Amino acid sequence: MQQLRLTRTRRVALIGLAGALAVSLSACAESKREEGAGGGSGGTMIFGAAGNPKLFDPIFNDEGETFRITRQIFDTLIQNKPGTADLEPSLAEKWEPANDGKTWTFSLKQGVKFSDGTPFDATAVCFNFDRWYNMKGAAAQSQMIYYADVFGGFAKNESDDYSDPVYKSCEAKDPATAVVNLNKAKGAFPAAFTLPSFAMQSPTALKQYKSDEVTQSGDSFTYSEYANKHPVGTGPFKFDSWDQGKGEIALSKNDTSPTQTAKLDKLIFKVIPDENARKQALKAGDIQGYDYPAPADYGLLRNEGEQVLVRPPFNVLYMGINQSGPAGEKLKDVKVRQALAYGINREQFVKSKLPEGAEVATEFVPKTISGYTDEVTKYPYNPEKAKQLLQEAGATNLTLKFYYPTEVTRPYMPNPADVFTSMSEDLKAIGIKIEPVAKPWNGGYKDDVQKFGHQDLHLLGWTGDYNDAGNFVGTFFGRKKPEFGFDNPQLFQALSAADASPAGDAHAKAYQEVNKQIMDYLPAIPISYGPPAIVVGPKVKGLVASPLTDERFNTVTVN
Amino acid sequence: MLRFLVRRLLQAIPTLLILSILVFAWLRSLPGGPAAALLGDKATPEKIANLNHVLGLDQPVVIQYFKFLGRALTGDFGASLVSTQPVMSEIGTFLPATIELGISAMIVAVLIGIPAGYISARYHGGAADNVIIVLTLIGVAVPVFFLGYMMQDLLAGPLGLPSQGRQAAGLDATAITNFAVLDGIMTSEWDAVWDAIRHLILPAFALATIPLAVITRITRASVLEVLNEDFIRTAHSKGLTEPVVRRRHVLRNGLLPVVTTIGLQTGALLGGAVLTERVFNFRGLGFLLAEGIERRDYPRLQALLLFGALVYVLVNMLVDVSYGIIDPRVRVR
Repeated sequence: MQQLRLTRTRRVALIGLAGALAVSLSACAESKREEGAGGGSGGTMIFGAAGNPKLFDPIFNDEGETFRITRQIFDTLIQNKPGTADLEPSLAEKWEPANDGKTWTFSLKQGVKFSDGTPFDATAVCFNFDRWYNMKGAAAQSQMIYYADVFGGFAKNESDDYSDPVYKSCEAKDPATAVVNLNKAKGAFPAAFTLPSFAMQSPTALKQYKSDEVTQSGDSFTYSEYANKHPVGTGPFKFDSWDQGKGEIALSKNDTSPTQTAKLDKLIFKVIPDENARKQALKAGDIQGYDYPAPADYGLLRNEGEQVLVRPPFNVLYMGINQSGPAGEKLKDVKVRQALAYGINREQFVKSKLPEGAEVATEFVPKTISGYTDEVTKYPYNPEKAKQLLQEAGATNLTLKFYYPTEVTRPYMPNPADVFTSMSEDLKAIGIKIEPVAKPWNGGYKDDVQKFGHQDLHLLGWTGDYNDAGNFVGTFFGRKKPEFGFDNPQLFQALSAADASPAGDAHAKAYQEVNKQIMDYLPAIPISYGPPAIVVGPKVKGLVASPLTDERFNTVTVN
Repeated sequence: MLRFLVRRLLQAIPTLLILSILVFAWLRSLPGGPAAALLGDKATPEKIANLNHVLGLDQPVVIQYFKFLGRALTGDFGASLVSTQPVMSEIGTFLPATIELGISAMIVAVLIGIPAGYISARYHGGAADNVIIVLTLIGVAVPVFFLGYMMQDLLAGPLGLPSQGRQAAGLDATAITNFAVLDGIMTSEWDAVWDAIRHLILPAFALATIPLAVITRITRASVLEVLNEDFIRTAHSKGLTEPVVRRRHVLRNGLLPVVTTIGLQTGALLGGAVLTERVFNFRGLGFLLAEGIERRDYPRLQALLLFGALVYVLVNMLVDVSYGIIDPRVRVR
């Protein structure tokens, strides 16, 4: 014990030593602060993101948190008019299909440069299209989710899952005219050109930082320096840094952007995965906005002066019916499926369980989509009629296995257990026995209902990617799937014909007919369109909530 | 001593190997998988199957394990599926935050726990003692995440403290070691030091509650025991003043078991850090772990869990070594 006691002199010596250490530490490292950084007067906005971005090369990405950032850095040829799903010019001033729909001619905006000084012209456009098409390696191709969805396949497919490529070639007729040739017409165009994955990137930077090097080592992928550190586009902001430790992605105003000049000097995305933590950060003024506030918080947030902006709905929640499930024989009878539709009280459900702005779904595409029609067969709540239909079908003693997911919220389904309870109570009231099966979303649910088809009924939904009905109904009912277990060649044919119909009125009309057909056949029951919201602080102005979560921050001010 | 160390290190190898098998098998037995988590909403069974194939996750688990082991032995733990960054560099980036938070919590626990335990023992049976006993019970019983949310809601505003994060967003602080406080001192960016300390206060207090309660109780019990020792009576009777007796004899002797407890609690802090970091969005290893579990990020989880196990093994070894130094009989055995 005695040895541990410090004499006064030793104590003084120790304090001195600590001081000296601090001084020497200060001497060994230099502050890297920029003096007088900023300089502009547009200010800084900090937005709370719910998750890490994956990388910054949008072609290899398919999730929202990454797109939120790349949308500010890059422009697409065509874009969505703010706040809507309508198309408007972006890098292309005009776009025209040939009569057969196999050729798209883009008239490009002139005098545009990427933020690294590379000119944006028809050569750059073709460079991008060719890059996607010629991408090599199973790892790289497997991450080009949207490309594979829209363009089917590559110059050399690395997996049997890809089909024949839709893309054929691209010619730069003159600097301001790019012509994209396709092997077949596709209904997804022109709307699919607005997909953030198909943004135009600087050929110089792509080459310099070896953008196509996607390597797979063990059970993971690593991406190029381009994708991590040097994304270069024409957008209103340019990429500054990604600080992994702090979870901050910093962008600054791109002064050379000809398309949309940003009002902010700096735009920072701060990753805060916990919803409650995002709310706290907004309250404290640490951030000036965040996405997907919980519907239960709308009122509270508004009382505190925050602005809750509800997006126009661009999704659909449905109750799936499996015609090859345990009770498949009965469910093959359209009368039984109609009975289910008449038997559930969707009005009541939407009013009592869903956030503001939600609406009853009458078909499988939301109202903002071209191809939506009001002239479909409707199934208003009518339990008496439902019982009668069941009787006529000889299905009075029906037991159905009803699957619903847990551990998940989706924009179209804030609380799956709530949806399940409402639906199953209604179905019990018309005399159907319900066997509930709850499974974790990423723990067997999607496998069970989409791969194995163990269910009779299930809950699922979809958020649209672009303004094309095929993105909804084509995805759901375009072919035979374990999820719905029906084989209806007539419907499959109609969907494929609608997809191939030329853009414009004829295209919309074709899908209107398909939607009518679907609501007569009733392979599933559309329940609701449920809009997600985005919240910003009281001083934020100019942010337009988009049905496609395509919010662009160039119009935003924070003062 | 050297032989003792070498033997202990060799013993650690089978421990880590068995752990790596358990971790590997456990992760793959979880329902769902990284492919489904990566693909999110748009995942179709075909896309999941394709991705699983590309990632090699459709191979037999035994083959996957040996491939993993082969790479791990060369120090390659792969890249995180969530962030696409190499897992080892992620650990390097996020570890300082956890250490910083752990040390701060320990400082809080010691600075409050020891005096509180001492006061409790000295006024044994009195009002102060009872209050402290009840408070420590609450400290052990209240879950960290609940306490964290309470602090954010009730304390952050009135005290003007940040309720989440490690640094004010947009603060231009120079990062050298990734220890925010240390970096600020080293670069003389005093506003950054102050900012980092302010961000540490609430999570450190939340994380400190359990070790604080344990340290208080151990101090109390140990001091009570010492107070009844003969040498205390002797010290009093030889005319030493009360403060001197307390400082030199009671505290010094009473603190020995407390020092051991502090060591043990440091390990327990790691567990609490996972929840605390999540609630306060404090970006350390616990934060990485929570995100990894949600997204079924195999490479990250494998590396993190093995890293955690390695730390435990090393800490245990240090404890054993220190016993060996204190008590030569351990070495002989």
